[in-house]
Amino acid sequence: MTSVPTRIRPAQSASGGSAPTRRRRRGDRDQVITALMFLVPALAILGVFVVYPIINAGYTSLTSWNGFDPVKEFVGLDNYVRLAQDPAFWNSLLVTVVYATGVCVLSVATGLAVALLLDAPMRGRGFYRSIYFLPAVTSSVAAAIVWKYMLDPAGFVNALLAQVGIIGPDWLQERWLALGALTALTVWKNVGFNAVLYLTALQALPPAVYEAAQLDGANAWRRLRHMTIPLLAPMTFFVVVQALITSFQAFDLVYVLTEGGPRGGTDVLGMFMYRTAFRLGDFGYGTAIAFVTLLLVLGVTLVQWRASGSGRSDR
Amino acid sequence: MRQPLALRLGRHALLITGAAVVIVPFLWMFTTSLQSRAETYTNTSVIPTSWNWQNYLTAWEAAPFGQYYLNSVVMAVGIVSSHLVFDAMAAYAFARLTFPFRNTIFVVLLAALMVPTFVTIIPAYTIVADLGWIDTYAALIVPRMADVFGIILLRQFFVSIPQELEDAARIDGCSRIGTFLRIIVPLSRPAFATLAIFSFLFAWNDFLWPLLVTNTDEVRTIQIGLSSFVGRYGTSWNYLMAGTLTATIPSILVFLFFQRALVRGITTSGLKD
Repeated sequence: MTSVPTRIRPAQSASGGSAPTRRRRRGDRDQVITALMFLVPALAILGVFVVYPIINAGYTSLTSWNGFDPVKEFVGLDNYVRLAQDPAFWNSLLVTVVYATGVCVLSVATGLAVALLLDAPMRGRGFYRSIYFLPAVTSSVAAAIVWKYMLDPAGFVNALLAQVGIIGPDWLQERWLALGALTALTVWKNVGFNAVLYLTALQALPPAVYEAAQLDGANAWRRLRHMTIPLLAPMTFFVVVQALITSFQAFDLVYVLTEGGPRGGTDVLGMFMYRTAFRLGDFGYGTAIAFVTLLLVLGVTLVQWRASGSGRSDR
Repeated sequence: MRQPLALRLGRHALLITGAAVVIVPFLWMFTTSLQSRAETYTNTSVIPTSWNWQNYLTAWEAAPFGQYYLNSVVMAVGIVSSHLVFDAMAAYAFARLTFPFRNTIFVVLLAALMVPTFVTIIPAYTIVADLGWIDTYAALIVPRMADVFGIILLRQFFVSIPQELEDAARIDGCSRIGTFLRIIVPLSRPAFATLAIFSFLFAWNDFLWPLLVTNTDEVRTIQIGLSSFVGRYGTSWNYLMAGTLTATIPSILVFLFFQRALVRGITTSGLKD
């Protein structure tokens, strides 16, 4: 974060300052009042619907509560103990980790590839960028509906395979295939976004270094391997963390594409939490799942902070 | 320096292949939306072979899409306009005014931004339910009338406006609110445009929250309507695609018209939905 100008000094230097301290104190008080007026709407809404719920969730996760009873029964860490012993939770965690890993690797690969191709000055760059970005502005619901149809046994993908003589599987009914499809859908949706991020990073790279390397006889592959990729490391880290955070929070795409099926094969943490709280009415347990997700995301973010703190020199 | 022709051609070939893969689902959505029911099971061309435009009318009549659309518009307008006002006010306070605990409050907000929606959603739902707002526009709009992302985005922009401009206006007797309205706001048009687009896409495409707080078609948004349409008309792919395309068009239009602002927003904030 950049630092803010801390104080506005309006009139006192200009007006000669017959009573500078008094004037400034009144100025300060005016400023605080204006600030309060300006902050009240935003802070009230964020306080009631974001900050307070975080605290409240911390308590709810320690209770057994069905969402309706006026009294929440305090049960201590019971929900967390139950989580540790719940095979559905471990399945969900496994699914989420596999999904997140796939999304990370493919997000970096596709985002970087598209950005590298778009980096040179060329005709039609804006056009390509628009096409690649289109999935990112499409709602998750619409994207998942189209994919669901394309992956239907009678859908586009299998019909295409049939043309070359392959009998396609029922993609969304096989555990790992369904997870693969979900991963592909997520990467498809975010490719333009990641490409734009990489493109900005690429265009900030110093051209002089490249010219020097070229004079020294480094070919295109060596320049990419030994210069571009290391220089892009901070952005890669950012893309990875973003991909991790979004996959740990995935819900919309899963809800429409598979509803967590087949047999828990795509039951990511978000889906597991939603089902537990809003379908089974187990709000205490559901909040505990959400809190574990929070800890995982927080862990990832902390790692990012530490790493980006040390690797920022070239930004 | 100009690259050799072969390299440029290869580059375009790769980019076109990639673009084709990205765009196929959209073409497929369009083609299918125009097919007859029988054709949806036999035809795999992405080029329309028949043009049953009445599918759109059938889909529109099968579900109250008009009402869903209206609800989404009301929600989007409510959220976008309040973001532009409330986020801007808070951003100005954080960027330009001194008050006790300013940095503490700002850091708390930044931290809140990192908390997954899942953590807050159960208590937020309970609050809205206790207020008796379930199944009302208030539930869709009020909890989202301010957002941390917008405050950060605008604050970054406000900070970059030279302090001298504001000081000069102050010396000429302009009040703080006056400098905000007459200097900061007009100079920040690009930032406001960016925020408006992000807020619109966020509101229009939002799913989990509207899913939780709406039960009836009177307030359901287009995304919720669409997802329930999958269950009811799951095998009538042509109607489903017509509905999906109709729901997607506003986002695509906004994107095509305001691409520049959108890309600027991503590169300055690096935020993903």
